[in-house]
Amino acid sequence: MTTGSSMGLAEASNAAIYATMVTLAIAMVLFAASFASGRRRQTSREVARQRAFGAGDSDGGVAVLDRPESSESVDPGRRLANVAMSLTWLATGLLTLALVLRGVWAGRVPWGNMYEFSISSAWGVLVVFLALSTRRDLRWLGLFVVAPALLTLGLAVTVLYTEAAQLVPALKSYWLVIHVSAAIICAGAFTVAASSAALSIVQSRREASGRQWMGPLSAVPDAERLRTFTSRIIAFAFPLWTFAVIAGAIWAENAWGRYWGWDPKETWAFITWVVYAAYLHARSTAGWRGDRASWIAILGLVTFLINYFGVNIFVNSLHSYAGL
Amino acid sequence: MSTVSTETPAPPMDSPGFARWAWRQLTSMRVALILLFALAVASIPGSILPQRGNNPLLVDEWLAERPTLGPILDSAGFFDVYGAPWFAAVYLLLFISLIGCVLPRVGHHWRAMRGQPPAAPRNLDRMQAFTLLNVTQAPSEVVTRVEKELRGRHWRVRSSEDWISAEKGYLRETGNLVFHLALVLILVAVAIGGLFGWRGNVIVKEGNGFSNTLTQYDAWGGGRLASADSIPPFSFTLDDFAVEFERGEAQRGAPRLFEARVALQSEPQSAITEEVIQVNYPISIAGAKVFLVGHGYAPTFIVRDAQGEVVFDDDVVFLPQDGNFTSTGVIKVPDSTPQLGFQGIFLPTFALDDVRGPHSIFPDADDPSVFLSAWEGDLGLDSGIPQSIYTLKTERMEQIGLRALVPGQVWEFPQGEIEFTGWQRWSSFQIAFDPGKEAALIASVLAMAGLMVSLFVRRRRVWVRARPGDGGSTLVSIAGLSKSEAGDVSDDVREITRILTEEKGEDRP
Repeated sequence: MTTGSSMGLAEASNAAIYATMVTLAIAMVLFAASFASGRRRQTSREVARQRAFGAGDSDGGVAVLDRPESSESVDPGRRLANVAMSLTWLATGLLTLALVLRGVWAGRVPWGNMYEFSISSAWGVLVVFLALSTRRDLRWLGLFVVAPALLTLGLAVTVLYTEAAQLVPALKSYWLVIHVSAAIICAGAFTVAASSAALSIVQSRREASGRQWMGPLSAVPDAERLRTFTSRIIAFAFPLWTFAVIAGAIWAENAWGRYWGWDPKETWAFITWVVYAAYLHARSTAGWRGDRASWIAILGLVTFLINYFGVNIFVNSLHSYAGL
Repeated sequence: MSTVSTETPAPPMDSPGFARWAWRQLTSMRVALILLFALAVASIPGSILPQRGNNPLLVDEWLAERPTLGPILDSAGFFDVYGAPWFAAVYLLLFISLIGCVLPRVGHHWRAMRGQPPAAPRNLDRMQAFTLLNVTQAPSEVVTRVEKELRGRHWRVRSSEDWISAEKGYLRETGNLVFHLALVLILVAVAIGGLFGWRGNVIVKEGNGFSNTLTQYDAWGGGRLASADSIPPFSFTLDDFAVEFERGEAQRGAPRLFEARVALQSEPQSAITEEVIQVNYPISIAGAKVFLVGHGYAPTFIVRDAQGEVVFDDDVVFLPQDGNFTSTGVIKVPDSTPQLGFQGIFLPTFALDDVRGPHSIFPDADDPSVFLSAWEGDLGLDSGIPQSIYTLKTERMEQIGLRALVPGQVWEFPQGEIEFTGWQRWSSFQIAFDPGKEAALIASVLAMAGLMVSLFVRRRRVWVRARPGDGGSTLVSIAGLSKSEAGDVSDDVREITRILTEEKGEDRP
C-alpha cells in the first residue's frame, strides 16, 4: 500500500473526510441558528402539514399532505434550515466518496478498523436521516443528527485514525459485509431515534408546564408525534439489529466454533437487543408509552455506544482485533 | 409478553371479566418489562468481570489479587454469570411470562382469524380517521360496491344493509406470536446444545498428531448428557502451519494469514486426506467441527547433565503474551540430578530497552532469541499434586543464573548445559460439537421473519355506514381505526372515499 497512486487515494479519502466535516460544521451552525430562531408564524398550511406528520396517530380527520411554499420565503429560520439540509446532502455525498476511496485504497470494504467503523457509522446516521427526510419534513431534527455525526467524525480523525491496511484473517469473510453493514445502519437509526426521543421528553415537559413557549421548541413537532416518529424508526431498526446479531452468531460459529459465547461484545449486543425489546413493550404498556419509553430509547443508544467504544477500548474481547 | 396489547380482541366491556382481563394484561406486560430490564442488568457483570467459560486463567488472577471481594463474588456466581442460578431465574421467569402471555393469545388469534370483524359501532365520528360523503347511490348500492372492492383488496368484510365492518392485517398478530414462540425454540435449541454438546481445545506442534479422544485434549468440556459416542474417532497430523504478518508501515505486525495444513484420517482405517484449516474456514468431520483458534512458538532445547548425558531433548510450547508473540514457557528436567528447571521468554524478534526489558517487536521469527532463568532443586513433581506445564514451582529450588541465547548457542553451568537449538510453530484447535445449532438457526430465522411481519404489517379496521340524506342523496360515514401502535388508517379511509367518488363523481360536503 505504498505506491504513489494508492497514497493519492488515501490522501483524497482523508481530504474528503475533512471536507465533510467542514460542510457538516456549517450545516450544524445553520441548523442551530434556525433552531434558535424558533417560533415562526403558524400558517394554516403549516398546521395542516404538521398534522400530516405522523397523521392519524391521535387526531381524527384525513389530513392532506401539502408542502407549504409561501411561508418559507418569509421565514429566515426556515431558509437557514433549507441551506443546512442541502449542505447535509453535500456532506453525505462527500463522506460516501471518502468511504469509497478508502475502500479502493485498501482493496476491501472500508470496515477493517475502528476509524473506518466510526466514519461508516457517521455515514449511517446521515443516510438514515436523509432517507427519512425525503418522506417528511425533518428540518427540526437536523441539529440533533448532524451534531452527533460530526462528533463521531471528529473522534475518528483525531483519536481513532488508522492507516488503511489489509484485514486480519478473522475479518476475512463475506459475513463482515453482511454483519457490519447491518450494524452501521442500526447505528444511524438508533441515533436518530434517540435524538427524537430526547426532543420528545423536552417537548412533553414543556407541554406539561402549560405555558406558551416562544423559544426554539415551537418549531419542533409535539411530544406525541415525536414519540410516534421514534417508535417507527425503532420498529425499522429492531429487526435489522436482530438480523445483525444473528449474522454475527453465524459468523462466530464459523470463526470461533460457537454461535454464542457471551463475549463482551456479544453480551452488549444482547443487552441492546433486550433494551429495544423493552422499548417496544413499553410502547404498548399503560403508563410507559410516554416519556418512560423515550428514556428507554435513549438507554438503547447508550448501550450501543458502550458496546462500540467501551468494549472495543477497555475490555478484553474477541472483537478487539479491530485495531484502534 | 405481547408486543402490542391493543391487538387482543376487545375485552368484555360489561362484565367483571373486563377487570380481570385488564389486570392480567397490565400485570403481564409490566412483569415482562421488568424482567427484560432485569435480564439486561444481569448480563452486565459477565461483560466486565472475567468469566471462567472464556478465560479461566484471568479469573484466577483476578481472585488472587482480591482476597476479600473475590471469594464473595465467586460464591455468588459472578465468574460464571451466564450459568449462575440467579441469571437462569431471570430468563426462565421471562420465558414463563412469555409463554403465559402468548399461549392464550394463540387461542384468541385462532378464533379471530376464523370469526368475523365486530359490527360497526353507532358513532363513527370519534374514530381515529373519519370522513363524511354525500353520494347519489342508494345505501345498499354503496355497501355492495365498497364490500366488493374491499374483498378484492383482501379485507375481511362483514356487512349488513347499511353498514360494513372490515378488518385487515391479521398477519401482524400471527408474526408476533411466531416471533415469541420462536424465542422459546431458540432457548430449547441452546439447552440441547448445552446438554448434549461438547467442546475441547488442544495445542498441536508442527509435525505432531492429534487423535480425537478425551485424553488427548488440553481442555475439554461437555454438557451433562454429552456422551463419548458423539466424539468422532478422527485423527490428524499438523504437517505445516503457515503464518504471515503485515510488514508494511500501516498496522505493522497485524496477522494476515493463518493456515494449518493437516493430514486427516476421518476414521482409524480410512484413507488420509490433505486438508487446510483456516480462521473462518473450519473443517467438519462427522458432526464435529475443527477450528483454528490460535498459534505460537515452541522453541527446542537439549539439556545435558554434568556428565554430558542428554536428559532432555524436545520442543516446548511457549504461550504468547502480547501481539508480537513475546512468549513465556517452562522447561522441566526431572531426570537430571539435581532436578533442573528453566523459566523462559521466547522473543521472535528480539529487542531490549530499559523500560520493558527484553521483548519482541515483531510477531514473526525474524531475530529469535530466548531468555532463560535456570533453577536447580526439587521440581515438586513427586508430590502428587498436579502441576501446570506452564509454571515452575520454585519454592524448593535455587536459582543458578540468567542468560540470553540465540539459536545454536549453548549455556554451560556447573550442573550441566542447555542448548537452544531452534524453534517451530504450534497451533491450537478447538473442536466443537453442538447438536442444537441447526435448530437455533432455524428458530432465529423464524423469529426474524415473525418479527418483521409483526412490525411491518398494519392491522386496522374500517367502517362504512350509509344512510339516506337530504333530497334522495346518501350520507356515507367512513371511519378507520389502527389497531397497531403508531398506525395510520387515513390512507384506507381516503381509498374508500375514492372508490365511492370515482366514476360516479360526487361532491364532498
